[in-house]
Amino acid sequence: MDLYEYQAKELFLKHDVPTTPGEVCTTPEAAEAIATRIGKPVVVKAQVKVGGRGKAGGVKLAEDPAEAKARATDILGLDIKGHTVHRVLVAQASDIAEEYYVSFMLDRANRCFLAMASVEGGVEIEEVAANNPDALAMIRVDALEGCTEAKAREIVAAAKFDAKIADQVVNVLMKLWEVLVKEDATLVEVNPLVLTPEGQILALDGKVTIDDNAAYRLESYEGMVDRAGTDPIELRAKEFDLNYVKLTGDVGIIGNGAGLVMSTLDVVAYAGEEFGGMKPANFLDIGGGASATVMANGLDIVLNDPEVQAVFVNVFGGITSCDAVANGVIQALELLEKQGTPATKPIVCRIDGNNAIEGRRILTDAKHPLIEIVDTMDDAARRVAELAAARKAGK
Amino acid sequence: MAIWLDENSKIIVQGMTGSEGTKHTRRMVASGANVVGGVTPGKAGQEVDGILVFNSVQDAMAATGANVTVVFVPPKFAKAAVIEAVDAQIPLAVVITEGIPVHDTAEFFQYSQNSGKTRIIGPNCPGIITPGVSNAGIIPSDITKSGRIGLVSKSGTLTYQMMYELRDFGFSTCVGIGGDPIIGTTHIDALQAFQDDPNTDAIVMIGEIGGDAEERAAAYIGKHITKPVVGYVAGFTAPEGKTMGHAGAIVSGSAGTAAAKQEALEAVGVKVGKTPSATAQLMREIMTKG
Repeated sequence: MDLYEYQAKELFLKHDVPTTPGEVCTTPEAAEAIATRIGKPVVVKAQVKVGGRGKAGGVKLAEDPAEAKARATDILGLDIKGHTVHRVLVAQASDIAEEYYVSFMLDRANRCFLAMASVEGGVEIEEVAANNPDALAMIRVDALEGCTEAKAREIVAAAKFDAKIADQVVNVLMKLWEVLVKEDATLVEVNPLVLTPEGQILALDGKVTIDDNAAYRLESYEGMVDRAGTDPIELRAKEFDLNYVKLTGDVGIIGNGAGLVMSTLDVVAYAGEEFGGMKPANFLDIGGGASATVMANGLDIVLNDPEVQAVFVNVFGGITSCDAVANGVIQALELLEKQGTPATKPIVCRIDGNNAIEGRRILTDAKHPLIEIVDTMDDAARRVAELAAARKAGK
Repeated sequence: MAIWLDENSKIIVQGMTGSEGTKHTRRMVASGANVVGGVTPGKAGQEVDGILVFNSVQDAMAATGANVTVVFVPPKFAKAAVIEAVDAQIPLAVVITEGIPVHDTAEFFQYSQNSGKTRIIGPNCPGIITPGVSNAGIIPSDITKSGRIGLVSKSGTLTYQMMYELRDFGFSTCVGIGGDPIIGTTHIDALQAFQDDPNTDAIVMIGEIGGDAEERAAAYIGKHITKPVVGYVAGFTAPEGKTMGHAGAIVSGSAGTAAAKQEALEAVGVKVGKTPSATAQLMREIMTKG
């Protein structure tokens, strides 16, 4: 889960990383009130999970509370790269002498962690990496040893920080490492880390990504989940504990196993090219060993997506038994019927593997007018794209 | 004969008394795997279908001569379980558990590297099967038979799909390496092992979006692998910034796209199929030509 800047700064504060926390709000009036409380010039910053806010007009200085209100009015509701601004952070403005960059992240390739640091911060770090790679220090951090003081000094030396501020930056690095470990983050980035004219080091902006697998042991995790910014169908799927991602398209997808479902999305998109650009409407992995109930919940979610024209159930029964999958499909259709909202969308099923013959028999015997069984994944993808296109055209 | 798992493999199951552990122990045994013991702290002396439970990996190894452990321990306790296995110096630890925090995996992986005695496969993987010989994990044994194709894959069900597509040829060994951001055994490790295995003639490599493991594997193939390799990459239509089921399957910026992976593989002569069936067809042609 990517965090908003204000959430990242809350974690910084919790772990004693010097920063300008400020307060977050959703209305211009509240922004004015916060600026009044701070009593000094402030910066009003759009809270969106995307880079390039400054260039998009999402970060503005305000000398006094009235100006803070005006700037918040400008920024709230702004569209930044497809993200609507619902919140602004109002923080005390800092004078800046110099801007630096520091981060820790998971290094998948080397299966450890990586520290990056540069005295040329405040710009996109990818630009520094591309145009002036010598200015970006990259240091491996061992997962068991962590960022010790010696490691932090190595990073500071490699990035050529001025000796006058070395101790402060070492301190910040060790605190940021604490954020990474204690908060189960896979990324902790500060850009810019600034030096004020008074000689103080401050984390002026922050980006943190939390490992969702660690949610169970993070007390702050639940509070940081952004329900308002999540697709309503995704929220409902989450209640059923389903692994669902909303996409933009017409063909609902249900499968088992992340790899097979990803592959199904691709195969449907290829087949869809022949039928006016039919695309997958979602990713839904019902997982290994899926029961009939899980299948029924999944089908319910997908059929209720108004964008969906037809559904593709693609299951390879490894541990999952195909008869359970077939029963789940039938149960879901019966349930919808009982609720007075009978399904109207065609469902193409391709099931193979464990107990596939029994699964196909259950579906065939049900003689449900919406269900079609197709033998192979590629043929089934073509058929569902065709059905989706036909239903869409008929509307 | 095979890679990493053969007729000499003696398997213990960490977490055997849990529901998943018990279920899959039975499946492994039914498929002919030599499961010699289980480990659940505090439950020494209990039995699961006549298989004895021990308190620790060390006890189990001492009593049974086990050389493979399959870990079904829940995420909360998985790190401790793997570290225990590494301390006992077991040669192979297959970590099936899904949902382990990546900091824990980073730590137990580093721990295994420091020890140098234990290969870890996974976590969040279906395990490894040498059809007709042994089976460590949750891969169904009845999909395919013994043969001369090697298979390495990030994904479980795509592994099964490919085993099914090529069931008339059969496989030497199939390894599911898992879809987490940090995994103990990589495509490269498996490719080299298949290259060195006299009973593997050709290799299927299945990848998916996220990270650059496939690109690195491609570079490795170009330099070190002389056996024919066909590839498949899942996730061409996955949008940027959305995690597709596996914690590691996410396209961030320009990195990790399926197209980049395909391009890298094709650049070193690996034929990449557009769908699993098309990929199987490419392998079919290689195996038929001999």
